Amino acid sequence: MQHRYKNNLGLWGWLGGGRYGADRYAYALHRLSGLGILAYFLMHIFVTGTRVDGPEAWESAMHFFENPLFRLGEFLVFLAFLYHAVNGIRLVLVELGLLVGKPGLPSYPYSHSVIRQRPVLVVAMVITAVLVLFAGADFLFLTK
Amino acid sequence: MRESRLWFWHILTAVVILFLLGLHMGIMHMGTLVQALGLGSTHPTASAEVFERSRQFFFMITYIALLGTALFHGLYGFRSILCELSLSKTLQKAIGRLCTAAGFALFLYGTYVAVRVFQMKGV
Repeated sequence: MQHRYKNNLGLWGWLGGGRYGADRYAYALHRLSGLGILAYFLMHIFVTGTRVDGPEAWESAMHFFENPLFRLGEFLVFLAFLYHAVNGIRLVLVELGLLVGKPGLPSYPYSHSVIRQRPVLVVAMVITAVLVLFAGADFLFLTK
Repeated sequence: MRESRLWFWHILTAVVILFLLGLHMGIMHMGTLVQALGLGSTHPTASAEVFERSRQFFFMITYIALLGTALFHGLYGFRSILCELSLSKTLQKAIGRLCTAAGFALFLYGTYVAVRVFQMKGV
């Protein structure tokens, strides 16, 4: 098991951005959205499992979820998926070292990988917003 | 399994999920846009369409693949988040084993459902 440093800040140590700023908050939101998707996914496994009992059981399950509260919850999960997917692509690219740039001399004004990656974060958030607008309109108003 | 190898699988499953869940979301939640491209339906959760898809080999395989990859990715991520909360090594191991057991159990259940519905006749 790998060594992990002690988290003396508690929950804030997990959520707080510190000197990393927006990137760290994007990371925290990535994890929160992931937990939301996981909770929905575990429930989804059992809901889709009703297919085993035939079409009547499936219709009954779908009827149960046909109310505004579940519809809103489903939409929030959908938003979480869009954010998690787009930001996840960015994180994978960073993880593979594709966005950190080449090493260079520390000459003033100093540049570091977080600053170099910042435009990618902005682009990822813009893509997420566009997808939310497109898919959200379809999800909320067009698909019955 | 070594942590670095698990992390590699975590990233690899993310890429697979991106395609499979993108397909799933496109069919299920963007029906109007997908139908405009001549690819889908506006009533994807209607019983007849759900069972028609479930009896196609392609969808059965993609359901099982998505189930396995999503379970690993989700539960490994969940375990990683919990392990960052300065838990004792014993508790970290217990969480790891619990996630593994839950993942296998859910995978077996989901696979059973996918195969069973695929084999259904006259629905």
